[in-house]
Amino acid sequence: MKHTLVALVENQPGVLMRVANLFARRGFNIESFTVGHTETTKLSRMTVVVDGAQTQVEQVIKQLYKLIDVLKVSDVTEDRTIDRELALIKVTASNSASRAEVVQFVNIFRGKIVDVAPDSLIVEVTGTEEKVDSLLDVLRPFGIKEMVRTGTVAMTRGGSVSARLAEDRLEAAG
Amino acid sequence: MQQLNGSQILCESLLREGVDTIFGMPGGAVIPLYNVLLDYPFKHVLCRHEQGAAHMADGYARATGKVGVCIGTSGPGATNMVTGIATAMMDSVPMVVITGQVPTYMIGKDAFQETDTTGITMPITKHNYLVMDVKDLARVVREAFHIARTGRPGPVLIDLPKDVTTNETTFEYPSKLSLPGFKPKTQGHIRQIRQAARLIDEARKPLVMAGHGIILSEAYDELREFAEKIQIPVITTLLGISAFPETHPLYLGWPGMHGMYYCNMAISHADLIVAVGMRMDDRVTGRLNAFAPHAQIVHIDIDPAELGKNVRTAVPIVGDAKHVLKLLTQEVRDNRHDGWWEQLNQWRVEHPSLALPDRPEKMSSPWIVRQLYHATKGNAVLVTDVGQAQMWAAQHYFFSKPNTHITSGGLGPMGYALPASIGVQYGRPNDEVWCVTGDGGFQMTLEELAVIREENLPIKIALFNNSYLGMVRQWQQLFFNERYSAVKMWNPNYVKLGEAYEIPTVRCTQLDEVAPALEWARQIDGPAMIEFMVDPYENVFPMVPPGASLQETIEGVEDVAPQTAKIAAAAGGSSGGV
Ligand SMILES: Cc1ncc(C[n+]2csc(CCOP(=O)(O)OP(=O)(O)O)c2C)c(N)n1
Ligand SMILES: [Mg+2]
Repeated sequence: MKHTLVALVENQPGVLMRVANLFARRGFNIESFTVGHTETTKLSRMTVVVDGAQTQVEQVIKQLYKLIDVLKVSDVTEDRTIDRELALIKVTASNSASRAEVVQFVNIFRGKIVDVAPDSLIVEVTGTEEKVDSLLDVLRPFGIKEMVRTGTVAMTRGGSVSARLAEDRLEAAG
Repeated sequence: MQQLNGSQILCESLLREGVDTIFGMPGGAVIPLYNVLLDYPFKHVLCRHEQGAAHMADGYARATGKVGVCIGTSGPGATNMVTGIATAMMDSVPMVVITGQVPTYMIGKDAFQETDTTGITMPITKHNYLVMDVKDLARVVREAFHIARTGRPGPVLIDLPKDVTTNETTFEYPSKLSLPGFKPKTQGHIRQIRQAARLIDEARKPLVMAGHGIILSEAYDELREFAEKIQIPVITTLLGISAFPETHPLYLGWPGMHGMYYCNMAISHADLIVAVGMRMDDRVTGRLNAFAPHAQIVHIDIDPAELGKNVRTAVPIVGDAKHVLKLLTQEVRDNRHDGWWEQLNQWRVEHPSLALPDRPEKMSSPWIVRQLYHATKGNAVLVTDVGQAQMWAAQHYFFSKPNTHITSGGLGPMGYALPASIGVQYGRPNDEVWCVTGDGGFQMTLEELAVIREENLPIKIALFNNSYLGMVRQWQQLFFNERYSAVKMWNPNYVKLGEAYEIPTVRCTQLDEVAPALEWARQIDGPAMIEFMVDPYENVFPMVPPGASLQETIEGVEDVAPQTAKIAAAAGGSSGGV
């Protein structure tokens, strides 16, 4: 089963390698891995999508906690979350008929045309992984020359991972 | 405020951490550090190979409970220490490893003796640091020692670029730590402890499996009081040996691949196991899906990741063994388990795994270990290598004093014992330290004999010469149709070798020479070595063949069924390696 893990980590050199290594060493295949800044300077947030059995995922979370730079790890798979990824897709569109068709599909998916060249268009789309997959399915017949996806980022609705971290700290402080 | 350079800051910090002994070897990147070391009161022990320095620091740490410290230069110095670091990591040994590095401005340029030391050691350290600014150094050292010894101990590496060791800044040792991501839980949860106590009260065939965690948390008294209150049989793991007096009536022995038959049966028939400070290693559990089939498991460990990792647990308790056992003892009712003990005693009588003939026909290794036990009355510290001799030492010496059996259980690197025994002797200068090693392992680190001579350490070396990589030979005999491949060894003349290092050495070829040789070595005020010319075809039994369950423990060559051999030969990975 696919799991989405969110980790808050200290922004130390090598932290990305430590986390990535750990998944590799414990035999996990990472489907996507994104890292970026958070609302707190010094903290980064990683969203990792992995495939694995529940017990395996629990084990890897415990192992992640053993990394000194890791502050908080949540498996948000079962939570109510907003999941998003961004994709840039370069689609072949060398005549006006196919261009019009591509534009139509992109509109349906609320994507954007962000570049126009004589024989191709670049489409930008944001959404869940499934939405990006669906748009790709309809664009594929036109010919996809190049494509890049960012991987999923996720955020729980309501309360926050950072807030939970703050609570944990209070608890630890007694 | 006074300005200090990085080397001075490191030394000042080490002093504040209570460091007295350092094991290492200089080289280009750490020359400035060694220059400053001269001005500090540390005892520096010059290893002859950095693997030795790492094992020495490991032995020192295991013997004292303090953080062991070793130093190596950049590049080859660091890579030579990798085996020692991995050993400490697998066995939860607190260590701070200091490596030199090329200057910060040369990092990434493939400079002379540059290696990505933090990259290499990332998976084999509890944490590591590359210090890029001398201003960070004092904080890093403070954190490194804290991380190394707090919670589940482990090695922490500090990689020090040369310019960081010469740059200056003001020195102030931080009084506070800020490690929000490192807050090990030591106090067991009382609700979990009570739940465990109820299971223990109801159990009819309970068992303790105590590991290295007892020694690391010095929970000797707590373990004994717990066991005595409920008259529960105690098994220790290989690394738990000497966590509980082997002469105690509640002590049963140790389990697993070369454990006692009755211990393996006890696990297989128990209805409750209290596992404490141990990690359910595959050498202990045998085939996992047949491990302790009737038992509910209460698992106590300071590392939450160990709970449920390999074995399902009924009650997991995260906490320090000492603390949890104390509370658990208060919560359980007084108890006896006479029927269970009867059963255990019956197994012990019918399968006396440690019985030895008064006088064997050949130079028998286990018999020699037993003579060593008699000669030292069980009071020595045994530092053992890897292989058959290691197993015989663990089996046939009866350890009654706490923390007197020191061995590498997790990584099992041949060559561990000799350097580790040096560290142990420094840590416990008044103890009688014996290095017990096979002829294969001895050759891997025998260069450290020079240290023993130079420092006149009174270490006694028991060298078991069977001219074989004996443990591998045993597997080839039992599971590969006696097809001996790359296990027979030409050996040097060890008596002459000892002489070359000016270490008194005798060769022992007959049973009658054993006891006198042991006495001779013990009387010498300084190092001594005995080379025992032992029966090359002796095997270690009992044995759980790789891939087999604990119930399938075999007690002799005749017990190896063709089917077992086939499974064992194929069993790969975790349970397959020697
Ligand atoms: C560094 C290293 N290489 C290889 C092994 C595999 N191995 C385990 S035991 C053993 C044989 C050890 O021979 P020796 O030291 O003579 O001890 P014996 O078994 O003969 O008592 C070998 C090769 C190991 N554990 N460590
Ligand atoms: Mg040998």
